[in-house]
Amino acid sequence: MQRRHFLGAALAIAVAGMAGNAMAQSGEIKIGEINSYSLLPAFTEPYRKGWQLAVEEINATGGINGKKLVVISKDDGGKPADAQTAANELVSSESVAMLTGTFLSNIGLAVSDFANQKKVFFLAAEPLTDAITWSKGNRYTFRLRPSNYMQAAMLVEEAAKLPAKRWATIAPNYEYGQSAVAVFKKLMSEKRPDIQWVDEQWPPQGKIDAGPVVQAVAAANPEAILNVTFGADLVKLVREGNTRGLFKNRAVVSFLTGEPEYLDPLKEETPEGWIVTGYPWYDIKTPDHDKFLKAYQAKYNDYPRLGSIVGYQTIKAAAAILAKANSTDPEKLIAATEGLSMPSPFGEITFRKIDHQSTLGAYVGKTALKDGKGVMVDSVYRKGGDYLPSDAEVEKMRPKE
Amino acid sequence: MAFYFVQFLTGLASAASLFLVASGLSIIFGVTRIVNFAHGAFYMLGAYVAFTLTERFSGAFGFWGGIVVAALVVAVVGVLVEMVLLRRIYHAPELFQLLATFGLTLMVQDIVVLIWGPDDLLGRRAPGFKGAVEFFGQNIPSYDLFLIALSPVVLGGLWLLFQRTRWGILVRAATQDRDMVAALGVNQKWLFTSVFALGVFLAALGGALQIPRDAVHHALDLRIIVDVFVVVVIGGLGSIIGAFVAAVLVSELNAFGILIFPKISIILVFLVMAVVLIVRPWGLFGRPEAAARRTPGLTVNPWRPLTSGERMLSLGALAVAAMLPLFAGNYALTVGSEIAIFVIFAASLHFLMSVGGLASFGHAAYFGLGAYGVAFLAKAAGLPMIVSLLLGPLLGLLGAAVFGFFAVQLSGVYFAMLTLAFAQIVWSIAFQWVAVTGGDNGILGVWPDKWAAGPASFYWLSLGVAALAVTVLRIIVFSPFGFALRATRDSPLRSEAIGINGKRVQWTAFVISGTVAGIGGALFAYLKGSVFPDSLGISLSVDALVMVLLGGVETVSGAVIGAIVFKAANIWLVSQTDLSKLVLGGFIVLMVVAFPKGIVGTLEAIRNRWRPSETKKSALATSRVEVAE
Amino acid sequence: MSMAPPLLKVEGLSKSYGGVHAVRSVSFELRAGEILALIGPNGAGKSTCFDMLNGQNTPDSGRITLLGVETVGRKPRAVWRLGVGRTFQITATFPTMTVRENVQVALVSYGRQLFNIWGSTASYAREEAGRLLDLVGMGAYAERPCGELAYGDLKRLELAIALANQPKLLLMDEPTAGMAPRERIELMRLTARIAREQSIGVLFTEHDMDVVFEHADRILVLNRGSLIAEGSPAEVRGNPQVRAIYLGEGLVYDARHREGAGA
Repeated sequence: MQRRHFLGAALAIAVAGMAGNAMAQSGEIKIGEINSYSLLPAFTEPYRKGWQLAVEEINATGGINGKKLVVISKDDGGKPADAQTAANELVSSESVAMLTGTFLSNIGLAVSDFANQKKVFFLAAEPLTDAITWSKGNRYTFRLRPSNYMQAAMLVEEAAKLPAKRWATIAPNYEYGQSAVAVFKKLMSEKRPDIQWVDEQWPPQGKIDAGPVVQAVAAANPEAILNVTFGADLVKLVREGNTRGLFKNRAVVSFLTGEPEYLDPLKEETPEGWIVTGYPWYDIKTPDHDKFLKAYQAKYNDYPRLGSIVGYQTIKAAAAILAKANSTDPEKLIAATEGLSMPSPFGEITFRKIDHQSTLGAYVGKTALKDGKGVMVDSVYRKGGDYLPSDAEVEKMRPKE
Repeated sequence: MAFYFVQFLTGLASAASLFLVASGLSIIFGVTRIVNFAHGAFYMLGAYVAFTLTERFSGAFGFWGGIVVAALVVAVVGVLVEMVLLRRIYHAPELFQLLATFGLTLMVQDIVVLIWGPDDLLGRRAPGFKGAVEFFGQNIPSYDLFLIALSPVVLGGLWLLFQRTRWGILVRAATQDRDMVAALGVNQKWLFTSVFALGVFLAALGGALQIPRDAVHHALDLRIIVDVFVVVVIGGLGSIIGAFVAAVLVSELNAFGILIFPKISIILVFLVMAVVLIVRPWGLFGRPEAAARRTPGLTVNPWRPLTSGERMLSLGALAVAAMLPLFAGNYALTVGSEIAIFVIFAASLHFLMSVGGLASFGHAAYFGLGAYGVAFLAKAAGLPMIVSLLLGPLLGLLGAAVFGFFAVQLSGVYFAMLTLAFAQIVWSIAFQWVAVTGGDNGILGVWPDKWAAGPASFYWLSLGVAALAVTVLRIIVFSPFGFALRATRDSPLRSEAIGINGKRVQWTAFVISGTVAGIGGALFAYLKGSVFPDSLGISLSVDALVMVLLGGVETVSGAVIGAIVFKAANIWLVSQTDLSKLVLGGFIVLMVVAFPKGIVGTLEAIRNRWRPSETKKSALATSRVEVAE
Repeated sequence: MSMAPPLLKVEGLSKSYGGVHAVRSVSFELRAGEILALIGPNGAGKSTCFDMLNGQNTPDSGRITLLGVETVGRKPRAVWRLGVGRTFQITATFPTMTVRENVQVALVSYGRQLFNIWGSTASYAREEAGRLLDLVGMGAYAERPCGELAYGDLKRLELAIALANQPKLLLMDEPTAGMAPRERIELMRLTARIAREQSIGVLFTEHDMDVVFEHADRILVLNRGSLIAEGSPAEVRGNPQVRAIYLGEGLVYDARHREGAGA
């Protein structure tokens, strides 16, 4: 029997409840925030704590030009399409001044494209893909975290000093893994034309069958290995690699592994001496970071992860932008952000005018085992601004407006 | 040489866990005919509980005891699930149990995070199996050797259980013929419960045994469930030896495949399954299923076109829906467009499932192909929106024509699995072929032309296309072709005997359904302004199944309501809570128990109850049918 | 008997399963308008024979010629297009349709409208379906859901479906099984009348010997796959070999009612 007549009625009921109030209360500035809270809680929980701390600090010191800052946060479930629905809700129903957040690259790109289409200011927090500021960059989108390219460049600087000539790569088989390997290979071969790429492994993201992968890499007998896997895949890879002796007498260079999110689960199995990018919160002795660390630990009785830094700085940056623009007009926000410098727990950062990338950097160091836990040692902060290609190259990559 | 031998052993070790979980799934399916989607959830629970126990009780006894106790604890959970939930719905239409276990899976994903926290957990290594054994310069983890030895032991144990015990013989008998066991006077309830418990125990054991080599986290279930389905299907449903051989086959092909094609893992199991199903439609060790029982609960009331009153009501409802832009804001309109698009998608699957009797588990493939078709045309060829919208779905049509040809050669669960395999293959291509599809970063900037860019105009467009699609599908249902399709579904024997080429009819239906799904996908691309591999993914296929079942698979257009309710609930929940999976899963489980006929099916049942004269007649007829059979 | 070529000619039909001969070199002919019964104890090969005749099963050897056309290797749907209607031992109908719709589907197929996605089935060949239903006495049930029918009515519906393609040959596998005695007689009388009026050849299997001996023009007796007797009811009744088989099976045919409890 036909029920099409329900289509309209149910549709009306369904959406009526969602219309929400589009009226922002005066005396408030709303920011819309989207992240993969339900899909990636391990990374997004510390991130959330970070931005919540920032909101508290901002409002405790008078808000934004006297207005209270309110962050409305939405889950995207790890799906680009759902992120767009959330973005739409934030913009249309909540009338937020800007969008922030996102972790996964594809979601960052989806929201960035939405922002471009709807002419909304978007400050991408965590997505690493180079495309978001370069090949698919747009005037409405800025990005905080150091990109794939920047992380690769920082690692290449160290990797090029290694004597190793035979290299193998292990990377998750999707855009992030593929572009991380591509950039690393390109930059590495520029510095060291003598090296050889002897094997590459592309396990599916989240589904690595680590034993055969480790065996296959070992069989190629490389002198050094580039790893791009992370999360549960990394745990499996490390365990198999340790047992099978893959990392013995081999240099390993690894993206992001020094971030507590990825290093801590390895516990006593942490491999030693890997060259990694990350966040050694226990070793950073700058006043900016001390202040952040104390406040974070006092509020949550927990140590920060890199996500905490990103979450914290995202909202701090948003507040600085809104304060400087003294308006919620997207064009004014863009004008305010381009070239804007501000303090961060990692030191001063600037949002570049040329590609909207922030100069937030990362720590590069080596992994070590201390009291049954993985830590980063010999860490050095690398300023993001030093690891970006020349302006001419950037201009070539970025679409003309 | 030593290297290849070690690689072989490594493959065997990978096969072990796959086999444990797959054998449990196979046993459960063989006896209860339940496609237990929650099997991965039990696997994950096994790992979590084992983690807690082995952290709490140290030493060899603590570790091994913890593993076994964890599996037992989860088996008890399984028994509760079977008794409280599944028992109530054994007589619901096929696949309803799948929906219930899917809801359960969603809930468990959130529950483990609530209990164990979001971080990846690193379990202990197994006492006595921490290191590696050296073999001609290659290291073999001793735990791998343990796993390699374990799976034949489990296989042998199961064999003994099924050959040498009365219970085992009953289980085998039930696997071959359920009705016969009922006739033997065996307490079927407890047979089902005990089988379910055994299957869950094996899954949980498989999970628990992973803690020395894996991280315990809340996505473990999805990581394994699809692979396990595939293994069971390759081996042949209900066959334990088949599960074993398939697990070894898949793992070894992977172990050696990555030496030649490092990128093959992502697609390998599905390729193997597609090939096996095309060559051997019932899996390696499976047997052709006995002539399909008449679907239980299949409606006795024949479908009828709308009465003129109902037609007026539908038009009225459509008119009300069309007035939405008068009082709703942009967000509501965009949500409305999205719901309308999912109405198209769900209706297309519903046509295939309910009219054609073919439950596709990979319907998102055609939705996504439509979306990619549009993206290619709009971005690469720069065609205007109207042209892209008209031509884009042809990619869905093409995909449906190619895959459908092979898929309709099969039926039932095998059909479902082959469609799943095809969808995964398409997804993998979209995901990996970065140069063409942009990989998981997708294709951006597929925004509508000016005339449709406003939320209201796009809403009207979506609503109009949805109404048109549903109407056209209804016309087809009541057309001669629709009757031929239903005839093929109702009785392949009779339809062949009256000159109907069932396969060709089903193939045509598949193509129609895939094309309509592609139309939905084409609109979706413009709604979102971008296309990602997600739009071809398993979770979207499952969403569509849920919408159809929720609406009522025995109805003509129930999917319309199913799509509206599910999509609206989903969007609202995701917006309101991070625990949307828990709430949505709970909602699905409740729906299944309370309304096993789906929303529209239940409404129809109520309406029929209000017609006393018909009720009496059909009650009489039912008793006559029972006497006659 | 007329000297017209036979409607159906079966020569040396054989089929074995794993060394067991289900059907062994069976040959017979059937003429238009003739009613031929195929009898034999359980497992004699009757159903296998039937399945080979309408293409559901392929013989190992032998020829089947229908109206001069060789049918071995053709699918059931192709055999149907040659003009063969079939009913099944366990009725096969479409339970989710009405009685009329069941017949209409067959008419749709006969009219080669199977891939018409735009027409209305409800109005397609409505009168013809009604006529066929009236013919088998089901006219009053036309709008009933098929799933609600009593078994005897389903058998009659099957007959109506089988007649939809104006067949030359009807294959009826135990047409009266599961029916009350009076219904059986009625159905077979009806079948015989239709066969004679439209000059349709009928081949049927049957367990009820009263039905067989009352309606068959000729009888074929099958035992363990082989044809052991053929002839008029009187000839078959007198055949000692046939008597032996049926007595050995514990079945008594013509004398059942008289000898009663002896069965």
